[in-house]
Amino acid sequence: MGNTSMSVGRYAIYACLVIFAVLYLMPLYVMITTSLKDIEEIRQGNLLALPAAPTLYAWAKAWGSACTGSECEGLAPFFFNSIRIVVPAVLISTLIGALNGYVLAKWRFRGSEFLFAALLFGCFIPFQVILLPMARLLATFGLANTVTGLVLVHVIYGVAFTTLFFRNFYVSVPTELVKAAQLDGANFFQIFRHIFLPISLPIFTVTIIWQFTQIWNDFLFGVVYSGQGTQPITVALNNLVNTSVGGKEYNVDMAAALIAALPTLVVYVLAGKYFVRGLTAGAVKG
Amino acid sequence: MHQTVKKQSVLDLLEAWLPKIIMAPTTLAMIVCMYGFIVWTGALSFTKSRMLPQWDFVGFIQYEKLFANPRWDVAISNLVVFGVLFIAISLLIGLVLAIFLDQKIRGEGAIRTIYLYPMAVSFVVTGTAWKWILNPGLGIEKMVRDFGFTDFEFRWLVDQEMAIYTIVIAAVWQSSGFVMAMFLAGLRSVDDSLIKAAQIDGASAWQSYWHVILPILRPVFFSAIVILSHIAIKSFDLVQALTGGGPGYASDLPANFMYTFAFNRAQMGIGAASAMVMLFGVLAILVPYLYSELRGSNRG
Repeated sequence: MGNTSMSVGRYAIYACLVIFAVLYLMPLYVMITTSLKDIEEIRQGNLLALPAAPTLYAWAKAWGSACTGSECEGLAPFFFNSIRIVVPAVLISTLIGALNGYVLAKWRFRGSEFLFAALLFGCFIPFQVILLPMARLLATFGLANTVTGLVLVHVIYGVAFTTLFFRNFYVSVPTELVKAAQLDGANFFQIFRHIFLPISLPIFTVTIIWQFTQIWNDFLFGVVYSGQGTQPITVALNNLVNTSVGGKEYNVDMAAALIAALPTLVVYVLAGKYFVRGLTAGAVKG
Repeated sequence: MHQTVKKQSVLDLLEAWLPKIIMAPTTLAMIVCMYGFIVWTGALSFTKSRMLPQWDFVGFIQYEKLFANPRWDVAISNLVVFGVLFIAISLLIGLVLAIFLDQKIRGEGAIRTIYLYPMAVSFVVTGTAWKWILNPGLGIEKMVRDFGFTDFEFRWLVDQEMAIYTIVIAAVWQSSGFVMAMFLAGLRSVDDSLIKAAQIDGASAWQSYWHVILPILRPVFFSAIVILSHIAIKSFDLVQALTGGGPGYASDLPANFMYTFAFNRAQMGIGAASAMVMLFGVLAILVPYLYSELRGSNRG
């Protein structure tokens, strides 16, 4: 290939890639700069302008005193609701998924392949089809509008994915290893602890990040199954944006959106590799 | 002696049953909370239920009402418009960016990180951000006017005809980076010697992509289309946060319709019927896909 024509082509490619990078970053940039402006500057100024006199007013209000419907305590209580939902739901669904995956990969029994296929199918159903009966079930057990209820829902519908992740990971462990350990007298849990757990760090990381992102970002289950005081942060953010007491404060909206996005963004920046692996594993099975 | 032998065999029995015991809770939850609930919702869609389930079956009345409802019509045609544009644009952007990024680009890691970060934030956050950017009066419209184009108008967010396209913009922003990642992974798995062979045969870069590499990427296209259409059918939070389904119900999607009727309007029967239609929509895409996947893996 000719060097001169090549370099023109390469400049075009770089230019295109950079333009797209700017486009992808633009909303984040606008959110951050808007959240640092005061409302007068937002009315007068330009969407893309840097804040003339950066202020944390909007962040303080979004966190502590903005109205999310009838109460005006900011996003803080809902941030902690989300943590109270996410932590147990992620841990429980990951642990169940690890054991399920171990069984489905290495301790197959009659019907276990069918079971796996049936479970896999559950990853794809539109949740609208289970919303109504689940609401009845939660009400029957007194779990409607509770954090416990939401944890339960996230565990039930998350286990299909976590099982899939672990099963596909453990399938590649040689079965001879399991057979040899069995001959040495190791039992089900000993084999899991001494052969499977030590190699499982990457798949635990992928699964935990996937589940964390899914559950933190969930809106559907949150809006249907939570009540006053138990709403997760996504629902509170939506309420905050749609509550207009007095004038609309776009800077507070943006600060609130950033607060809601921060935990998953931090995880993405710190462990992007595992995040992408989860995406492709969750999406393209295997 | 006898005692220990007996104890041993009980343990053995337990050990033999352990895999099944571990799968039992998940199996139970799956049977009740997935398949049982689908049957429950299906049954409910044949009743007159409103606030509370009532089990007097009335045939297809709810489905007739559903398809006679202009709001459902809007939701379905919105889904078609949104789905087609969202999938086509995401595929195009994803593919082009992946091909460009595959040209031994300096700083590839950083660029990839930038393309993918929207996938880490929730649709509610995305909706909130774009609601502000597209704000008629203070958002992009004002920005372009400040640049000197004082007649510039951009009020899709409050335009009945155009509101659905704002959802397309935000959804493409969020998901196209992910499509890029899928294509890039696909490109990286293409054997280099194939490309070299094509080039030795005198193919231009363009030709070798068109005739050699894209056909190899066919499975990635399929997977991406399935995933994107799945995202499209389930889209709910983005609409809720960006337009609230408005103006009026002009940008409703089926999931928003279902939520409104089942939970805000106490029309359980219609809500259940719309959920079942959504399920069959997903099945219509998924079953042929899984079928071809399974056939492919059996052959290989």
